[in-house]
Formats: sequence, structure tokens, C-alpha cells
Amino acid sequence: MIDFFQQYFPNVIEVQDDIISSTYETLYMVVATSLFSAIFGILLGVIMVVIDEGGILENKWLYSILGKIINLFRSIPFIILIAVVVPLTRLITGTSIGMNAAIVPLVIGIVPFYARQIQNALLEVDPGIIEAAQSMGSGPIEIIFRVYLKEGLTGIIRASSVTVINLIGLTTMAGAIGSGGLGSLAINKGYNRFHSDITIVATMLILILVFICQFIGDYFTRKTTH
Amino acid sequence: MISLSNINVTFQSKVQSVVAVHNVDLQVEAGDIFGIVGYSGAGKSTLVRIINLLQRPSSGKVFVNGQDLLSLNAKQLRTARKKIGMIFQHFNLMASRTIYDNVDYPLKSSKLSKKVRDAKVRELLELVGLSDKLAAYPSQLSGGQKQRVAIARALANDPEILLCDEATSALDPKTTQSILELLKALNKNLGLTIVIITHEMQVVKEICNRVAVMEAGGIVEQGDIVSIFSNPQNSLTKDFINTATHIDQMIDKIKAHPSLTKLGYYDILCKISFVGDNTSQPIISEISARYGVSTNILFGNVEVLQQTAIGQLIVVFSGDREKLEEAIHYLNVNHVSIEYINIAGLQQLNKVGELG
Repeated sequence: MIDFFQQYFPNVIEVQDDIISSTYETLYMVVATSLFSAIFGILLGVIMVVIDEGGILENKWLYSILGKIINLFRSIPFIILIAVVVPLTRLITGTSIGMNAAIVPLVIGIVPFYARQIQNALLEVDPGIIEAAQSMGSGPIEIIFRVYLKEGLTGIIRASSVTVINLIGLTTMAGAIGSGGLGSLAINKGYNRFHSDITIVATMLILILVFICQFIGDYFTRKTTH
Repeated sequence: MISLSNINVTFQSKVQSVVAVHNVDLQVEAGDIFGIVGYSGAGKSTLVRIINLLQRPSSGKVFVNGQDLLSLNAKQLRTARKKIGMIFQHFNLMASRTIYDNVDYPLKSSKLSKKVRDAKVRELLELVGLSDKLAAYPSQLSGGQKQRVAIARALANDPEILLCDEATSALDPKTTQSILELLKALNKNLGLTIVIITHEMQVVKEICNRVAVMEAGGIVEQGDIVSIFSNPQNSLTKDFINTATHIDQMIDKIKAHPSLTKLGYYDILCKISFVGDNTSQPIISEISARYGVSTNILFGNVEVLQQTAIGQLIVVFSGDREKLEEAIHYLNVNHVSIEYINIAGLQQLNKVGELG
């Protein structure tokens, strides 16, 4: 086994510790960003659905403003977004480099995407069910928590797993501000030094993370479908 | 119980405004099963949604249980809605909840204890005959069963009114029948006032005691079921009734195959209708005995609406011209209404016209 590695992945052996710490960094960024994004993304997604035309708290004016903001942020390429939000990053985390600093642009980059995904998932909830809930005297808060979030759960799970997979992709770019992680390992230690075996191992680790997310997502999707 | 006065609903869009409901007045009394019938797009679904303010009227007054619904704030309106149950064409059950939880949904926001709620859910599912399906999900049920669950759910807060929006339109005839039986029983046993929106006169005929006919956002005719069926005034109403009794199809058939009737020169092909006590009199044999007019019955139909029989016959009368005249006069005197059917050409009809 060791021989095999020494023959085909000579450089990987040398940076073993880096690989472990990079994986940890990627996981840290994904988990922390996911937690923040879940809160803001679901909140924003729910708001978009209820203030949409024909929604339970219809507000065309706010809908169009929020929609435009979301689209604006979704249009900014992530690598540029990282640079653009640096002042905000420094304000919140006190620094503009490193793993924690990367979480600010990651959240800003992923929330608009996630919010749209949530919005689409909730729009799948049959309007007839919302109407039925209204006819039974349910108020807006009750309809959001007991109808939209419950009936839309399968869609929310699907949206979440797609978003986390996307997020893994974004964390690889956060290497640009010294966040570490598998992305910067592949570029700095692999590509730049012509150690392609390191690049391949980093890629495979990222793929494994993606597959795990996919698997968990599918599992819970099946669990919640009746 | 329900009183709508001068209701108008206009939907505004950028390009045009659409009038969905126009100057509608509607009174539903406690204990009524009130049918609102009309073709799609007539505005009946919009109208029924005004009763629980799922649709706010552009103008008009809405009184339900003596409450002016338009004057209520959001919270009061939600409380009022709990006393107005509603069921839908596509059932609108929550797919992620079991049957038990679906029925429990409206109770959860009430202040009832868990134990009381449990008893209530079981009692409601017993009432609609689905006690064995507590743990099933809606996707495991048939259409008729889903509608039963929806009815149980709508009744959870002990409403006095049940609104049915095309509740049987997605069901087959046999299931429709069983749902209608259930609604009838609820009306009788719980004193539930029911408003039914439908495009099937069959449904109205089956259970309603009063009916309103809608066209293009307005009510063209309304009244108690027996008088509407026995003596419809509006042509749309006649249309609906004839479809329900199959008379129209029969007349079309006879017109398409004149050989069926082999009309003689003075023969009269007509539809005769009679209501109530007349149904039990042997009118046909009477005119045969008195005037020697022979009658060929091509089609017959008797409906029993609210314990009143309504009979319709398509017949050919043959006999001497004078005798025919006397026979027709006899029928008129006995409150049998006659509608002549034109098939042997205008000349024939003119002759008949003189008689009538």
C-alpha cells in the first residue's frame, strides 16, 4: 500500500498533514457557511413566496426590490465578490484573510442562490392547500410554519443538498484570500508546483464530499416523500 | 344564515378589467342545501369564496351568521372562518400528513387538550366512515376517500356552514353518489347548512332544496328546486335541466330519425310535463277514453325532488283534429304543460300552433 502510494503519489506522502488540515478547513467553511445561509436563505425564500403576487402577504413593491437585489448578487462572479465585500468582512470578523474571513463572502455568495432555490421549492406547494388552510382560519405565521415549511420539506431538502454542493465549489475559490481548504491545496501545492498527484487527490476528496452530500440529500428526500 | 347583497367582483389587470361577479344577491337560510349551478367561467367559484372572504368583493355586503364579515379585522375573520367549513374539487389535503394529522390540523390551533382533540379526530373519521385509515397518507386513498377526509377536516371546528366548491366534479358517478349521501346525512343530522357549487344539474337534483343558476357573473334565476325544475323560466336553466333529465338528447334523436315517429298529418309530437299530484293521475288513458286520442309514448322520465314528483313525457298524439284540440284543452286545464316539437316542417307546426 505504502509502495503503491510512493510510486504513483510521491508528493502526496510528503504533504499528508496538509491534506488532513485542508480537508478540515473545507469542512469548517462548508458547515459554518451552511448554518448561516440556512437561516438567511430560508427566511428570504419564505419572504419571497409570501409577498409574491397572490401570496398570503402580497407586497408587489417589496417583492420587486428584493428580487432585484437577489439577482444582482447572483450576477457577481464569486471571485470578484470576495474582493468587493472585503470592507464588510473586516467589519464583521476583524480580518480580511483566513478561514473565518472567507465565511462572510461565502454566505453573501450562497444566500441569494439558496433563497431562490427555497422560493422555487415552496412554490411547488399546491396553492389549493394554502387556500384550504386559509379557509380553516389559519393565519400567515401558521401557514408558513405548518403548511409551507412542512409541505415543502422535501423540496427544501433537495434545494439544500444542491446548495451545499454548490457551496463546496465556492470554498475552493476562497483560497484567494488565504482561507486554505482543498481548493487552495490543489492550486498552491499541486498545480503551481507541478505535483499533479496532489491535485488529483484534492479533487477526489472534494468529489467524495459532494457524493456524501448527494447521498444524505437523497436519503432524506426519500424519507419525507409520502 | 348567509346573506350576500349587491356583490360585485372585478379583477383588474394592466390591460383590462374582468367582471367576475355582477350585482349578485343571495340568501341562504339555515338548514338549506343551496346549489349554485353554471358553466365554467360563470363566476360561481368566485361567488362561493366571497362567503368566507377568500375573495373580497369589490363592492357589496357579506353577512354570515349575522356577522358583517367585511367589518372584521384579520383575527376576527380567522375566527369566523373556523365556523365556515370548505371542501374543494381537488381535496387539497396535505400530502406530508397522515389522515389523522390532516383532520387534526384545524384543531391544533384551538385550545382543546390533546385528549379531547384525539377523541374529536376519531369521531370525525368515524362519521365519514374512514376509521381504519388513521395512519394512511392521502396518496394511498381513492378520490372519494380523500373527499371524505376533507369533509372530516372541514367539520373539525363544528362549523354551521359547509361550502363545497365542485366537490364531486373529480369523482366518478358512484363515488359522487356516496359523497352526496354523506352530505345529505350531515345536513339532516347536524343541521349543517350546505352551499354547493357545481356544473352538474344531477348533483343539484340529488340533494339541493334551493338552487341559483349563474351565467356571466350574474344569477339568472333562483328559487326552490321543485319550481325551478317544473317551471324553468330562463333558457340556460332549461338547458341545465334538460341535460340532467336526458330529454334534450332524446329530442335530438327523434329529430334525427323522423322514421321513429311516422307522423301523420294532424299528429302532434310534443313534450308534456306535469308536477306533483298530476303524476299520479292516469291522464294519458283519460284522453284516450274521453276523446279517442291515441298516445304513443316515446320517452318518459319521472324525477322526485324534495318529495315532489316531476314527470316528463315525449309523446305523439294522434286522432281527429277536433278531438285533438279538446284533448289539448283538457291537458291545459289539468296543469299539464305542453311544449311542441317541430319536426314535420313549418306547416305542421302552424297547424299545431292554432291548436295550442
